[in-house]
Amino acid sequence: MFSQKYLERLRERMKQWDKEADKLRARKSLPRFFTVSGDDIDELYTPASVKGAEEDDWYWEKLGLPGQFPYTRGVHHTLYRGRLWTMRQFAGLGTPRQTNERFKMLLKAGGTGLSTAFDLPTLMGYDSDHPRSLGEVGKCGVAVDTLADMEIIFDGIDLGKVSTSMTINSPASILLAMYLAVAEKEKVPFDQVRGTLQNDILKEYIAQKEYIFPPRPSVRLITDMMSYCTEHVPQYNTISISGYHIREAGATAAQELAFTLADGFHYIEAAMAAGQNVDDFAPRLSFFFNAHSDFFEEIAKYRAARRIYARRMRDKYGAKDERSWLLRFHTQTAGCTLTAQQPEINIARVALQGLSAVLGGTQSLHTNSMDETLALPSEKAARISLRTQQIIAYETGAPNTVDPLGGSWFVEALTDRMEAEAERIFAEIDERGGVIEAIEEGYFQREIARSAYRYQQEIEKKERIVVGINDFALENEVIEIPVLRIDYESERQQVEFCKKIKAQRDQAELNANLEKLGRTAAGTGNTFPVILDCVRAYASVGEMCDVLRKVWGEWSESQAAMQVS
Amino acid sequence: MPKKIRVLLAKPGLDGHDRGIKVIAAAFRDAGFEVIYTGLRQTPQMIVDAAIQEDVDAIGVSILSGAHMTLFPAILEEMKKKGAGDIILFGGGIIPDDDKEALEKLGVAKIFTPGAPTEDAIEYIRRAVGERKTDDAVM
Repeated sequence: MFSQKYLERLRERMKQWDKEADKLRARKSLPRFFTVSGDDIDELYTPASVKGAEEDDWYWEKLGLPGQFPYTRGVHHTLYRGRLWTMRQFAGLGTPRQTNERFKMLLKAGGTGLSTAFDLPTLMGYDSDHPRSLGEVGKCGVAVDTLADMEIIFDGIDLGKVSTSMTINSPASILLAMYLAVAEKEKVPFDQVRGTLQNDILKEYIAQKEYIFPPRPSVRLITDMMSYCTEHVPQYNTISISGYHIREAGATAAQELAFTLADGFHYIEAAMAAGQNVDDFAPRLSFFFNAHSDFFEEIAKYRAARRIYARRMRDKYGAKDERSWLLRFHTQTAGCTLTAQQPEINIARVALQGLSAVLGGTQSLHTNSMDETLALPSEKAARISLRTQQIIAYETGAPNTVDPLGGSWFVEALTDRMEAEAERIFAEIDERGGVIEAIEEGYFQREIARSAYRYQQEIEKKERIVVGINDFALENEVIEIPVLRIDYESERQQVEFCKKIKAQRDQAELNANLEKLGRTAAGTGNTFPVILDCVRAYASVGEMCDVLRKVWGEWSESQAAMQVS
Repeated sequence: MPKKIRVLLAKPGLDGHDRGIKVIAAAFRDAGFEVIYTGLRQTPQMIVDAAIQEDVDAIGVSILSGAHMTLFPAILEEMKKKGAGDIILFGGGIIPDDDKEALEKLGVAKIFTPGAPTEDAIEYIRRAVGERKTDDAVM
């Protein structure tokens, strides 16, 4: 794009500029100029900073136009001018009734999609009346035991109109089956049901650690469900391959990017190995990234993700359908950056993080509430975080043009660096034999713990300033925002309701379905339709997971994965 | 040579968020403590049994799930039952101020909340273990 001569002239002038700048370099506003991930940043970026910029086809190779290969500049031609991103606020608390009320509040306030948070017992496949659930029911999300709970959560909400995301992984098939069973009762055809299931078990072993079964049968549950949905629930995004939790656990931006894409490629290869055609399922795969505090690094991450993915899908997996090449993603602002100190300032953090996701071309966004280091969001805090997105959408001008930072020498150089670092990490994973082997030997877990510790040390050594934590702190601060409390009454009610529903079921029908689930899991048939039948018979999450635990066993981390850095 | 401070670190309950506890484990190790990290999903019984078996000076648990008002008292009770009441129990996590006070009254020695430097926890453990050892000597 730039002639050799042009770049030579630029380099000449830079030498002179560098001499002038050198006189000013004794003065430094910050101890170090580096990204949140720990990478040093140059003082200035020019066309000479971008590798290959002298090549004629550099622009087409690296950037292209939005909606065209390699999609660096975005997955749509017109992006937010056509349709704004989906403002999807994650919510779920206490009993199904409380969550139903919160959902209705969010829809009324202008939210355009729902996103369900489940409590830990549900995520771990225990019913509310299980001894291990004591004290955890409804605490970090809504408790779901049987179809009866799902009926209440979506009571009065038209499942043919709303799109619903569900953050659930190990028992994801069960919760999707419940959602479909509710749709069935409301006479909404499956082919009209829209939404996204997180359903990304690999990142559970890597980062979030809410796993039940070992990796291989867990991946089979996913490919079974993908195959069922391709045929019957074509509008549903069956998996949201998630970097969010990997980042929250302490990974750098490049680790988040590379580990997440590696997981995605593993699912794609598993589905192809199970005989599915890549173009049949790939258009419904989606991703989920974190929006951390380093504004430009995050934008580069999203742009690199699209480019790497498009190339691999086309060139390595042979996808022919252009929709298979698109990396579409949801973003959530980084919970781990929020401070319990001066919690109101989190509103500013979230706004900047949300803006980076929008400038990076996200398809949907969750902006965190200011109070999340204290408890689940209060209604007021949840509303302010939604309003923050509305300000980005309607007041900042960010949606006016597609990829406004495209062509910034800094952003392009960072995007290239992010891509190169991801490729280096892919090679490390390959050397270990693949994603599952790397999980088994604790590679990801150790790498993440190491990055988390480095970040913490940077803060404690004051190389990195976190406002309100290691500088600009208030003495004797009194927190003045309301904090939501989930009372133990919610847990008691839920346990009682769980027992009541269990007592009302047709035991013979229930047992027959659960037995069939066990046989299918032990064999090779598709587990999803059998799970759907169990759900229709009001089998509980815990009962179905127990059947699968018996057949597949339970996973626990190796000593190698528990190493702290 | 003085005996190294021994600390058992554990994640009770169903919560899988282990970033904080691993950072603490690394910081304690670098401060010269002997650290035994049990990993995830430990019941109060497993935690206290391990603490007794490993003969630790302190038990540190991390809870980000909101179940702290159930789990801390259960661990304290188990400690009392097994005669391990002299071990220092401390913790960290998403724990509102009111609950923090209530737990410290119940017998949790110290609760660290988000943003606390690891250096604070290290200093605290050094001091508390020092006092505990002096008490032992007096007895």
